[in-house]
Amino acid sequence: MGGKFLFDGRPVPFEEGQTILQAARAAGHYIPHLCWHPDFPPHGSCKLCIVKVGGRHVSSCALPARDGMEVESNTPEINGERRALLQMLFVEGNHFCPSCEKSGNCQLQALAYELDMSSARFAHFYPDRPVDASHPDVLLDFNRCIFCELCVRASRDVDHKGVFALTDRGIRKHLVVNAESGRLADTDFAVSDRAADICPVGVILHKRVGFALPIGERKYDEASICTVAMEKGE
Amino acid sequence: MDSSLETAADREHLRRVVIDPVSRVEGHGKVTLLLDEDDHVREARLHIVEFRGFEVFIQGRPYWEVPVMVQRLCGICPVSHHLAASKAMDRVLGIPVTRSAEKLRRLMHYGQILQSHALHFFHLSSPDLLFGFESEVGKRNIVGVAAAYPEVARQGVLLRKFGQEVIRATAGKRIHGTGSVPGGMNRHLAVEDRDALRAEIDHMVEWSRAAVELVKRLHRADPALYDEFGRFRANVMSLVRADGAMDLYHGALRFRDADGKILVDKVPDQSYRSLIREQVKPWSYMKFPYLQQLGPDEGWYQVGPLARVQNCDFIPTPLAEAERREFIDHGRGEPVRATLAYHWARMIEMLHAAETIRDLLGDGDLLEGALLADGERGNEGVGIIEAPRGTLIHHYQVGDDDLVTMCNLIVSTTHNNQAMNTAVREVARRYLDGRKLTEGLLNHIEVAIRAYDPCLSCATHALGKMPLMLELADAGGEVVDRVVRD
Repeated sequence: MGGKFLFDGRPVPFEEGQTILQAARAAGHYIPHLCWHPDFPPHGSCKLCIVKVGGRHVSSCALPARDGMEVESNTPEINGERRALLQMLFVEGNHFCPSCEKSGNCQLQALAYELDMSSARFAHFYPDRPVDASHPDVLLDFNRCIFCELCVRASRDVDHKGVFALTDRGIRKHLVVNAESGRLADTDFAVSDRAADICPVGVILHKRVGFALPIGERKYDEASICTVAMEKGE
Repeated sequence: MDSSLETAADREHLRRVVIDPVSRVEGHGKVTLLLDEDDHVREARLHIVEFRGFEVFIQGRPYWEVPVMVQRLCGICPVSHHLAASKAMDRVLGIPVTRSAEKLRRLMHYGQILQSHALHFFHLSSPDLLFGFESEVGKRNIVGVAAAYPEVARQGVLLRKFGQEVIRATAGKRIHGTGSVPGGMNRHLAVEDRDALRAEIDHMVEWSRAAVELVKRLHRADPALYDEFGRFRANVMSLVRADGAMDLYHGALRFRDADGKILVDKVPDQSYRSLIREQVKPWSYMKFPYLQQLGPDEGWYQVGPLARVQNCDFIPTPLAEAERREFIDHGRGEPVRATLAYHWARMIEMLHAAETIRDLLGDGDLLEGALLADGERGNEGVGIIEAPRGTLIHHYQVGDDDLVTMCNLIVSTTHNNQAMNTAVREVARRYLDGRKLTEGLLNHIEVAIRAYDPCLSCATHALGKMPLMLELADAGGEVVDRVVRD
């Protein structure tokens, strides 16, 4: 049974089974997200899509909409929390936007701009994450991984190959390649795989492309991520 | 070559005077002077106190990222690193760049030469030259120039702005753009940018001519200073086009000795290692390159405008060529060796850059045509370019997996390391020896260093008033004199 809830004070209709995020998007309201993707089930790991419902902070990608809910999203409190999450993601990896070829096409960078993140705030971890250039067509730069598991899910559920996985726990968590050698070249991964184009940041990169598309003409250069995400259904 | 004053015999018994940091240069360096009890200079050294480490952290990165990453070496001449790395990677990919791509890169590069030379002359050095080395320190800056010579300052600022606009139109940003890629370019020049630049270029040529005239007036007004200050014999090196013309984007290496005789010529850029070696000295982070066949004592050399203007056979634009001839005539058959002649040569190059930009802007290849080509992939490449401060060498080896395995960078200021140290020693000997030190006297040392337009860190430059504290200590370490500029 569907109904309506209030999203930042505006009524939003929903259908039975829709999450808050899905219903809000259907009504034209953008909620920041990183691990959520329209083609995949909710994952609920990045927490960028948190909203406040009845005094609790919840993941809007995972919580089903309920009639009469009052949802706060675009507020200083919630955006401040999102910003803090972004800052933690930035210091947890090695994100050097000035020379990153994903700059302008990167959701992490675009959200940092969108949410006015002006400093890293926390001490950098500077993890040691060597790149994997073994595959002839695709480069893996683990420095930029945000553990959204979109590549894990795409490779497992769409490509049916299970090339990627997260391993270890907590602060030592990291992305690995499912091969005895740990090298992408020793898997059946192909550049045409869904997983090759799913990374929201700059981990999985088509080789020898780099800066072929000029900075200034990229996805988030001319419009903010909230506009792009809604127009392109991302 | 004279290496006296590099290391004193009884260092522990000498007084130490430090200029730290050297101001109105890019990056951080310091000068140490050791004086005996009669104030005679016994040792003078220019130290580069920064350590950047780019050569190491480039290793393990994909080759297509390098032209963008390495330009973070510098906020003043990032284009030079951007293009030198691109040229090296062209070689790795085995790609002869297309006509359009090369012309776009040339336009970007000459925009870089124009803006950097304008910045150096007007913002950093003209205060010394217009007001005097020992003038009131509070006015010896670009703000002081703007107050006393508003038209000179205005033209300087607008020349630099124009050069930055050329860079933006070709690289995408005024600083740290991404226009050049391994194997070519990723953008054409937009028609509206071309038209906007063409509307202003004639002013730029005129103002560049005026800048050359200004330097010549300064030389004529005080030849005793301009022809003698920091004068010493030195070899020179630069790229020269196949027909002997000045070409700041591409060419082969040529060396001349201190008498102006060509020692080595037409050495392909890929063979630079057969010519140049680098010496390490324990008191500096910056290496000392030298021409291998002459060895470290005799083989050091100068690069940059003073070298280039005298190393080429001609400049391929008419106004700058006329100025070059007058410059050469000034030497009366001898190479011009005075340190302050760097400024004169630099302004001739700025005029050449303005003329070259004017000519390029009429070329339709900038607006259309293939930007990338195919080639046969190799594993090694050298890219050499004449950056504003001198010859810039990028050398990479790339594995079959596309990751860089070796990176060697010899930046312009490194080539000039020994020459700057020699200039410091010449000036210390001539102007400071046996005298009570003042801020103005010590500024003579900085004027000599500044003439080379050194980029000591090849790092982002913060223009402003840099603090300077000089302490004179006696043999027992007691501070007996202190000069502070804050």
